[in-house]
Amino acid sequence: MSSATSAPGVVEVERPADSEHEEHDRPWIVVVWNDPINLMSYVTLVLQKLFGYSLAKATELMLQVHHEGKAVVSSGTREKAEHDVARLHAHGLWATLRQD
Amino acid sequence: MTEPPAPIERAADGDFRVHLGPEERDLLRRLTAELEELLAVEPEDPSLRRLRPRAYEDEQVEREYRSLMGSELESLRLENLRALAETAGRNRLEAGELDRWLAALNDLRLVLGTRLDVGEDEFADGFDPNAPHAYELAVYAFLTWLQESAVEASASAFQDEAD
Repeated sequence: MSSATSAPGVVEVERPADSEHEEHDRPWIVVVWNDPINLMSYVTLVLQKLFGYSLAKATELMLQVHHEGKAVVSSGTREKAEHDVARLHAHGLWATLRQD
Repeated sequence: MTEPPAPIERAADGDFRVHLGPEERDLLRRLTAELEELLAVEPEDPSLRRLRPRAYEDEQVEREYRSLMGSELESLRLENLRALAETAGRNRLEAGELDRWLAALNDLRLVLGTRLDVGEDEFADGFDPNAPHAYELAVYAFLTWLQESAVEASASAFQDEAD
């Protein structure tokens, strides 16, 4: 899991302007996908409870999933995104992560 | 005529009340036992696929995710199912217990819904008792009705806390 990320605490003396560095900086995004079984009210509640979103924000994201087939619900480092995906999986939601 | 009470309601003291008949409680115990057995005996059964959605597109990285998180997610699933079975006879649930119900009811619906290949508005045209798999569809409708009520009760409590 940590294979694709740099070790923390490593100081780079010379910041390389190569694409590899930018690769590390690009955030990972968590996507929730539409499925025919999870209840809309349940998806909204899970988004509120896991991410602390307001009812309005969670409802907006849920409706985006429902109408557009998917929505980005969180982003950050790969570790954070993977943790978020695991929490969504623990609640039965169909979630994936990828680098933006 | 008055509406029958919702199966799960918030109580004034912060707990939740459960209004279910003995047959419905037996059904919950039976369904959880069946799923627990299926998970143990046929862990690769196709009806279980929605319980374990992929995290990554890449096969290799997905395998790493599964080896890291898989057993934890499966243990949590079993804990939730057992909690539902153990508290299925209760008239009163604490918030944490209701959370277990929510997760377990959702897993039961995911598996049954996958097996029945249900669509989004499965009962938009009403329920046909002569349809093939009518019994399973009725069970699915029961679980949906119960989960809707559990979500509503939990959301109402959550919203009050947030305000």
